[in-house]
Amino acid sequence: MSKHSDSKFINPLRKAKGLGSAHHGTESWMAMKVTAIANVPLLMWLMYSIVKMHGASHGEFTAWLANPVNAVLMILVIVFAFYHAVLGAQEIVEDYIHCKCLKMVKLIGQKLFFVGLGVACIFSVLKIALAG
Amino acid sequence: MSESSQKKIDRPTSPHLQVYRLPLTALMSITHRATGVVLILGTLLVAAFLISAATSEPIYNMVMFAAGSKFGKIILLLWTAALYFHMCNGIRHLVWDTGALLEKGAAMRTNYIVLMFAFVLTAATWACAYLF
Repeated sequence: MSKHSDSKFINPLRKAKGLGSAHHGTESWMAMKVTAIANVPLLMWLMYSIVKMHGASHGEFTAWLANPVNAVLMILVIVFAFYHAVLGAQEIVEDYIHCKCLKMVKLIGQKLFFVGLGVACIFSVLKIALAG
Repeated sequence: MSESSQKKIDRPTSPHLQVYRLPLTALMSITHRATGVVLILGTLLVAAFLISAATSEPIYNMVMFAAGSKFGKIILLLWTAALYFHMCNGIRHLVWDTGALLEKGAAMRTNYIVLMFAFVLTAATWACAYLF
């Protein structure tokens, strides 16, 4: 009986799209997985680069980052790692913060924070890379 | 409504975290989240290097000096270990998503594989940084 009363008001499209009680689908789960896969080679490259460049002078570091391959990979690290971090932070807040208004403040705050930090990092890479 | 269902039953839910000894698989799970938080904070380190390098040489030198201090090295070592643990366990999560290795025995065995890889990668990274 309940099945019939449900389907009377809920469009089957909603079910087909995988929209449950969270009111959104599997996009954030999928984004988590895609960024995770991208992060494996990107962060291995980052670790390799840190080992190679550790103790580098300012001139050596900026010359290294001015190389287009390094600049592009660094920007990709920032984009994918920060996106993955936002999704992870969101999951933690959703799990542990139960006060609705505080939750919204934290979720919006950390998104703005990571976008701000990410843009600052990307701008820094571009400034060094394009200055030559 | 019966009387018993209205009575407030004050007993712990199971598994109760204070009295339940977490198996290794559960400890690995919460460590994955804890290392995720460490890595969220670690994005500030990456940002500090990039933004300081783009700002000026004296500020870059200051950040490098802080990173080279004893305290800085401890922070960087923790960050490296957290990154490799999160990466190795994250790869196991991706494998789990396919439905493989989910049985208790397989999960237990892969715990040790993840820990071993995380340790070896951390040790190898620091050895390379100092030996070469």
